[in-house]
Amino acid sequence: MWPNKFDYLRAGSVDEALASISDDGKFLAGGHSLLPVMKLRLDAPEQLVDIGGIDSLSGISANGDLSIGATTTHAEIAASADVQTMCAGLASACGQVGDQAVRNFGTIGGNIAHADPASDPPTVLVACGATINIQGADGSRSVGAEDFFVDLFETALDDGELITSVSLPNCSDCRCAYVKFPHPASRYAIVGVAVCLKMDDGTCAQADVAVGGATVKAVKCAGAEAALAGTTVDDAAVNAAAEAVKSDIADWLAGDIAYPESYRQQMAGVFLKRAIAAAQS
Amino acid sequence: MSTRIFGSGIKRREDPRLITGEARYTDDIKLPGVLHMAVVRSPYAHANIVSIDSSAAEAMDGVVAVYTSEDIGDGLAGLPTAWLIPDSDLKTPEHPALAKGKARYVGDGVAIVLADDRYRAQDAADAVVVDYEELPAVIDPEEAAGEGAPLIHDDVEGNIAFRWVMGDREASDAVFDAADVVVSERILQQRLLPTAMETRAAMAQYNPATQELTLWCTSQNPHIHRFIISAVTGLNENKVRVIAPEVGGGFGSKIPCYPDEALVSWASMKLGVPVKWTETRSENYLITIHGRDHVQHVEMAAANDGTLLGVRATVYAGMGGYLSTAAPGIPTILHGLLYVGPYTMDSVFCESIGVMTNGTPTDAYRGAGRPEATFLLERMVDNVAREIGMDPVEVRRKNLIPAFEDGYEVATTLIYDSGDYPAAFEKALDMAGYGDFRAQQNSAAAEGRYLGIGVTTYTEMCGLGPSQVAGAVGFQGGLWESATVRVTPTGKVQALIGASPHGQGSETTLAQIISEELGFPVDDIEVIHGDTTETPMGWGTYGSRTTPVTGAALAQASRKLKEKARVLAGHLMEANVDDIEYADGSFSVKGSPDQAQSIQDVALMAHLAWNMPEGMDPGFEESQFYDPPNFVYPFGTHIAVVEVDAETGEIELQRYIAVDDCGPQINPEIVAGQIHGGVVQGVAQALCEGAIYSDDGQLLTGSMMDYCMPKADMFPNFELGETVTPSPHHPVGVKGVGETGTIASTPTVYNAVLDALAPLGVKQIDMPLTAAKVWSAIQDANGQEKPKRLGDLLNE
Repeated sequence: MWPNKFDYLRAGSVDEALASISDDGKFLAGGHSLLPVMKLRLDAPEQLVDIGGIDSLSGISANGDLSIGATTTHAEIAASADVQTMCAGLASACGQVGDQAVRNFGTIGGNIAHADPASDPPTVLVACGATINIQGADGSRSVGAEDFFVDLFETALDDGELITSVSLPNCSDCRCAYVKFPHPASRYAIVGVAVCLKMDDGTCAQADVAVGGATVKAVKCAGAEAALAGTTVDDAAVNAAAEAVKSDIADWLAGDIAYPESYRQQMAGVFLKRAIAAAQS
Repeated sequence: MSTRIFGSGIKRREDPRLITGEARYTDDIKLPGVLHMAVVRSPYAHANIVSIDSSAAEAMDGVVAVYTSEDIGDGLAGLPTAWLIPDSDLKTPEHPALAKGKARYVGDGVAIVLADDRYRAQDAADAVVVDYEELPAVIDPEEAAGEGAPLIHDDVEGNIAFRWVMGDREASDAVFDAADVVVSERILQQRLLPTAMETRAAMAQYNPATQELTLWCTSQNPHIHRFIISAVTGLNENKVRVIAPEVGGGFGSKIPCYPDEALVSWASMKLGVPVKWTETRSENYLITIHGRDHVQHVEMAAANDGTLLGVRATVYAGMGGYLSTAAPGIPTILHGLLYVGPYTMDSVFCESIGVMTNGTPTDAYRGAGRPEATFLLERMVDNVAREIGMDPVEVRRKNLIPAFEDGYEVATTLIYDSGDYPAAFEKALDMAGYGDFRAQQNSAAAEGRYLGIGVTTYTEMCGLGPSQVAGAVGFQGGLWESATVRVTPTGKVQALIGASPHGQGSETTLAQIISEELGFPVDDIEVIHGDTTETPMGWGTYGSRTTPVTGAALAQASRKLKEKARVLAGHLMEANVDDIEYADGSFSVKGSPDQAQSIQDVALMAHLAWNMPEGMDPGFEESQFYDPPNFVYPFGTHIAVVEVDAETGEIELQRYIAVDDCGPQINPEIVAGQIHGGVVQGVAQALCEGAIYSDDGQLLTGSMMDYCMPKADMFPNFELGETVTPSPHHPVGVKGVGETGTIASTPTVYNAVLDALAPLGVKQIDMPLTAAKVWSAIQDANGQEKPKRLGDLLNE
């Protein structure tokens, strides 16, 4: 509850933020991932550069693709009609992060930079093929969500780089859902499953599936996707996908003392079925 | 005719200040020149302290001093254990305020840092270099009592702090040998973290000129804290003032006197300036006492017709690294004496072994020993029912003690005060629609849904208690309470009490008692507590005793005042005292109702003393010491309906019915609030709460990210009912209700879940019943012999 000493700077622009960040500094947005870690003295950055006041980093635009500024809050995303239409699973996931107070402060950029494996938005971003837009002192670059999440609390961000926005393809013709089995203590995901189905005349033209919570990072599940694609998403296909998803995540499993890996792996199958049912409802 | 204030569900007067954040807790109190204390704590569960280097810390900005146990020397005596169970071969190992040579649990204090700022104190604490030699650790109490376990205190052989035996072993064996049926189970009462909303805090201010020490701290019993702080610091007790300002919940965890409270006192005496310490939540989970921690081997004997014959248990009770203030009394007196429950069962035997471990010290946690007894009893009754193929409700009905109004002696030697167990039982079954439930259960099963029902009948012992009994069982204090009812000249009331409520709503209920007795409007009555200098002596708020014991003292003090008022009113109206009638705060002369004196008129005249009867002292104030003649024994029946999702192991609590009898209810809203809170805490033990340690003694559930506190959306709306059986020995007939919910609800929900899982072949799961454990149990039972479903038994 008593963080180490740190310097604080409130940046007025992305350029100022990038110019100000020191080697031992961190960017601060909503603070709902970083500050608890600092209060427990598990992390002790010497400098915080607050990007929460930079207008250009906040907001949602829907011109073709969906673009969400890094400091847009979970609550804003969950309530956005554009997000609900263009990526219903993301709206749902952001609406399930923490509690209302967390959603009012926590931001999508901060969330994915922190890369908690049990957080909700990354799973949808990986399923839906989102792009993470990054800016650093040497310019900007974009990384696919699947590559962005590297491992437990580890991302493709380099030191001094800042997430500026997240882009998602327009998925308004998909059936998309995120279903979560919340940990009863933390309400983080024991397992969270995101499913996006493109249906064409009763047949699944494309299936996108990702699992988080049960894994060290959000994992795209090719086996489950293959089991669904080309089918009418009948019981046989759903059961096959539920089996396949357990193999898809087998190399990435994570667990805790109360909900071990083996249990979470099994639950990924159960919750995939529930996510498919939710997507189709 | 006024509406009676006794029995009225008026709003809690405490709530506006609590809800708006205006209440002043220990940490809110600011003193100029205060130093902040941070404690260097052992990161190991069991380790020799080889060396401590504080030089870097001492050189840091703002740091005034760093002290270790060597610096304290004999400046502080060890913290006493204050419940010395007789005939138990009790060992009380030294509990120094800072570890001497060896740390015995993670969080054991090793050094303290005093600095001008809380952050700097923490920075400096991090900079103290301690060289540890790690030792093997043991957490499980049964393992700690076994061969080859690491020895935690040199003077506690085999780690066994006490061995308490209740009942006659041979007589018990004879009952079990002759019984038709014996069922058994190994029950784990997991460790629980009390998690009061306000963490602990302590601030001491020593005045060297007057040699007076004031200690503000989070206490449920400031007079006991004064007693112990006086003993450990060596200050005369009349030079110690303990103030418990607003206290944000305790659940038992703020009964003990902790090292931190002694340390701020010593440091303030040493440095002559105020010293403050406020616990972080992480510290709270590591160092504030834990509850429960039993490994129980339990058996119950019964006849084939369902008659319960006896219960016996061997209990390994984990005490943690030191014996906390009241710890030995919890798994013994407050546990074994409840083994009869509400049943006509006359053979009980308990061997309770208190075991030192490398866990956090344990002590009283809401219910304290009684939940652990009620759980094993109710679990075994269900096991008996299943074993003999009888509905568990029928087994209970057959064995309930019939209604009694004034005293019923049971095999544990307790004399229950009053009870009508069958009435509460049948009422709860009616509310639940028990008769229809089994059919619903069967039809749900046909759809592959698993419904279960659990029924608990309980009685408990609270309102602690007669002081003579306290002495006989080794409690190092009395258990009476005292109270003063003081009326000002303008007719406003101050009620000063020795007990120390901390969220229960006692300021409201106690005011209702006084208002009922004396007729002052309830809003004209203030209840003042929590300061040893302001209030009369009392032993504190715990064991559901404040309303029964302090309430009785207040009722009797009020009655003394009322009698004085009646005599004075008669004198003032020049009437014979025998002709004075009282109603609704007014005294009148029989036959001439126009002539009247209000209680306020009388109070004023008593203060003015212009015209007093011969021999009557002036003033309007009375005090009463009240030592209860017996405990009070609330009782009731709780019923839970659950559905288990066999695919995931998740449990949905669908209905919760609680019929409790705490005698006449002073404030039904507050009673309901106590039951709601108690039920939630007890259900949480069944379903989600549990402290988990690693093998080397690290607390893995060190924050609410991992330790599952119950949440509102886990619960349905509770369905509450009551019966009213007054306590025959209490001035207003009331019994305690602070712990009944916790005592009854854990077995209720546990048995409901196991009832739901019976057709899947699951017979036992250790608490808490997490989805993962339930799911694993279902997988493990797959293919095993299926116990009979109770619904089918009923249809046979």
